Amino acid sequence: MLVFGFWTTKICNTRNCFNKIVLIALFSLTFHCNGFASIVCPDLKKILTKFDSPSRWFMLGKKCKVPAGARERLKEAIAISEAMSEHAQKQAARYDLLLPEDAGFLEGDEDEDTNTISQADIADAVDITSGSKYFNLHLSQFGPYRLDYSRTGRNLLVGGKKGHVACIDWQTKDLKCEMNVMETVNDVKWLHTEAMFAVAQKRWLYIYDSKGVELHCVKKFNDVLRMQFLPYHFLLATASATGFLQYLDVSIGKEVAAICTKMGRLDVMAQNPHNAVIHLGHPNGTVSLWSPNQKESLVKMLCHRGAVRSLAVDKTGTYMVTSGLDRKLKVYDIRAFKPLHSCFLPAGASCLSLSQRGLLSAATGEIVQVYQNVLGSNPVSKPYMAHRLRGQIWGLAYCPFEDVLGIGHGEGFTSMIVPGAGEPNFDALDTNPYRSHKQRQEWEVKALLEKVQPELIGLDPGQLSKVDQASFEQRHKEQIEALGFDPLAKDKFKPRTKKKGRSSAGAIEKRKRKVAHEDQRDEIRQSVQERTEREKELKEKSNEKKLGNKSTLDRFRK
Amino acid sequence: MKVKVLCRNPDDYVRETTRDIQRVPRNYDPTLHPFEVPREYTRALNATKLERVFAKPFVASLDGHRDGISCITKHAKSLSTIISGACDGEVKVWNLPRQECLRTVQAHEGFVRGICSRFCGTSFFTVGDDKTIKQWNWEAPGYGVREEPINTILGKAVFTGIDHHQREGTFVTCGQTVDIWDEQRSSPIRSFSWGVDSFSCVRYNPVETELLASCASDRSVVLYDTRESAPLRKVIMQLRSNTLCWNPMEAYYFTCANEDYNLYTYDIRHLDVPVTVHMDHVSAVLDVDYSPTGREFVSASFDKTIRIFPKDKGHSREVYHTKRMQHVICVRWSADNKYVLSGSDEMNIRLWKANASEKLGLLSAREKAATHYNKKLIEKFQHHPQVRRIARHRHLPGDILKQKRELREMREAQRRKEQNVRKHSKPGSVPLLTEKEKHVVAVVE
Repeated sequence: MLVFGFWTTKICNTRNCFNKIVLIALFSLTFHCNGFASIVCPDLKKILTKFDSPSRWFMLGKKCKVPAGARERLKEAIAISEAMSEHAQKQAARYDLLLPEDAGFLEGDEDEDTNTISQADIADAVDITSGSKYFNLHLSQFGPYRLDYSRTGRNLLVGGKKGHVACIDWQTKDLKCEMNVMETVNDVKWLHTEAMFAVAQKRWLYIYDSKGVELHCVKKFNDVLRMQFLPYHFLLATASATGFLQYLDVSIGKEVAAICTKMGRLDVMAQNPHNAVIHLGHPNGTVSLWSPNQKESLVKMLCHRGAVRSLAVDKTGTYMVTSGLDRKLKVYDIRAFKPLHSCFLPAGASCLSLSQRGLLSAATGEIVQVYQNVLGSNPVSKPYMAHRLRGQIWGLAYCPFEDVLGIGHGEGFTSMIVPGAGEPNFDALDTNPYRSHKQRQEWEVKALLEKVQPELIGLDPGQLSKVDQASFEQRHKEQIEALGFDPLAKDKFKPRTKKKGRSSAGAIEKRKRKVAHEDQRDEIRQSVQERTEREKELKEKSNEKKLGNKSTLDRFRK
Repeated sequence: MKVKVLCRNPDDYVRETTRDIQRVPRNYDPTLHPFEVPREYTRALNATKLERVFAKPFVASLDGHRDGISCITKHAKSLSTIISGACDGEVKVWNLPRQECLRTVQAHEGFVRGICSRFCGTSFFTVGDDKTIKQWNWEAPGYGVREEPINTILGKAVFTGIDHHQREGTFVTCGQTVDIWDEQRSSPIRSFSWGVDSFSCVRYNPVETELLASCASDRSVVLYDTRESAPLRKVIMQLRSNTLCWNPMEAYYFTCANEDYNLYTYDIRHLDVPVTVHMDHVSAVLDVDYSPTGREFVSASFDKTIRIFPKDKGHSREVYHTKRMQHVICVRWSADNKYVLSGSDEMNIRLWKANASEKLGLLSAREKAATHYNKKLIEKFQHHPQVRRIARHRHLPGDILKQKRELREMREAQRRKEQNVRKHSKPGSVPLLTEKEKHVVAVVE
């Protein structure tokens, strides 16, 4: 039996789908007989449960409502496209079975709390490669550090406040470049690839090459405090100390929008990865949402009683987590703009970060706490993990596709293992941490070709696929407002004056009155028609109510 | 404590040797692929622009005729051969891939009015202004042998058109009357006439092989059945039809090219209203031919352009024109659905691509997938204003553009006048006619 079990684990680890299906068929019986299969092959249990339960994103999107007076061809076309879409979703959902990796987890023993387990213990318990993901960089000289992981998660950029900027391949500990820019560094951000990064220095915004060569000094962007990169729009959004929110298109090098927010110093910034809207937190407790197309904010929400200290939005764009000076941590539903729940943190949280799988990390002073299941309707009481550092925490970021949380603090940089944080299966056509040089080139070209224009940024990213409900009247009204007069209105009647002796003033007035009477008659006729139609409808409805829909078959109906 | 940390083995994600293909693991979770609608829209916009960039429909021009071309016919079995007749009686056989003339025959004195090829692909018939019907061999005669027709039939009046049956050895000609001939006889086996002066075009139905239709000079289209002794019925329109063509996929539809700048698709079961009115030409439409798929047809017009219409839409999807192409007299769609041939009165036959931005030749699987994807994207976003504006844009020569604007104004003025008349008359006395109902005068059984 054991030998048989060993054979199955070997097969489990391959990505061969045929083997897996055969395996499922073979072991479905044994699984039900005893928990034997789950002990021998923990992956199998996960596979079988996935197969049984409907996929998490099955039936994405509502069915389209067929308009009442639609013609046959339209109904057929809608039915066909719905069927095709459903088929495509089912096929994509079935592919879940073939995903190679599983997410990490940390489970304590019966009396053990997971937040008492230290990083050193975890590093000892796991294999050597995973254990090396917990490390510290002691850089106490150049001030508290901000950090940014590149989109693929391979490269890490650290920037110390006193000017130290370095980029490292953190898995191999390979130093790509290191320099001191001799100025205060407010924030660092990778651009679309690991070839360029942006540093917000004391006065202006600088863009450097991955070797540390200064490429651009953008003087238009001054006093930048925070930056966010929108990867699918190739836009670098910067929030400045003077209250300006500016967008820079890094593919063409032009400033797309400069919005004067008039809300003071902007030092709390987050992006919504689902719709590319920028969230800014303000000292009066409000959170405002911005898009480059409008000079005013899209939405302003009052979130806290004190200043907002940190913001994070999850990857589906449904939940926003905020922390404020009132020592509360609140979770909001961003789609409906409703608060879900709030919890009290004794020391408040100065930095927040959400991982790809929904783990929230909150940093207060020198302690980082990681919370699980915080996005949802149930409030969470105790943290999943905690870690204490030396040095004031200045920056938090999860590494994409890895179970690692990077912490930038006053004494340097720490990389912390958080099991279950990273998305286990990446899509190689989107971001591939193992891409080759050629693959990166191809990806970059394709990404540039499908770069989304900033005009399409809005609260609903799928608005282009919806039917435009603005009726002709609405557009017409806007046209009247814009032009000041109605372009479709009839011109005022101007009677002909060369009428051979009949163009006296009295005759002209008579002619004008005739036309005016005609218009009046038209209006009256129209209103009378509408009234009769309405009365007919009401009568029909009332008739129906009185008589009801009686038919001879009523007595057979239950 | 039970702990598992995500750890990937690079051997599973990186290819083993440089001779392998790259490994591309996929995850179709929609949260990993945000902005799907805007990205797809951007791709659709790019696809539309590229389609316009690659839209180069002109392939080749076949010259050699010494007078304007009056008719073109395809070989029944071979895709690479066509035969064309000119207004000086010359008939030339062309090889399309090499774009050269294989053979020239002085077939008639005067115009060659019609050519049709026999279904077996061994011979073809020509009719001309010298009142004869001649049958020729497709094979060229040997060296030194004179060009002679297999058979010559003398008629009493000029024949203006000819068409051959799909399966049997009978053909039909039109002139003063519509005559059905057997190949072995020298006089028609049946003659149809309905009190009209002359007929300009006759066609056999390719699906229902016993049905015929012809265009008569009394502005009507007459339907016949060879099994009956009299014509079936006719539909009279406001202006005369020049040619007609049956839909090769749907037995009951035919399209006629009319002098009033429109084409009308009729259902033979309901001749009182056309199924569709195709309006886009700015001068008389001279010839029409369906694609072998039956979904589109091409029309040639006196306004020096050829247009491709989808069978159910009222406007054209494509217009081809050149400075050198003058009035287009005849047009044919090749049997492999890829090319369109146009013969014009400046003695040239032009070969065009039916899909202007199609890449010719053998495509790799990836190219085919990319083409299909782009076509589907354009179809999906076709109603968005930016995409529609680019996809619809065609360059038109200056005078055709002017003529188009003029026609639009004229139609607008007529419509306004009609509206005013209706507004100021007794309600119900001026009936509201749709565009389709306006053009049919009567249906006579």
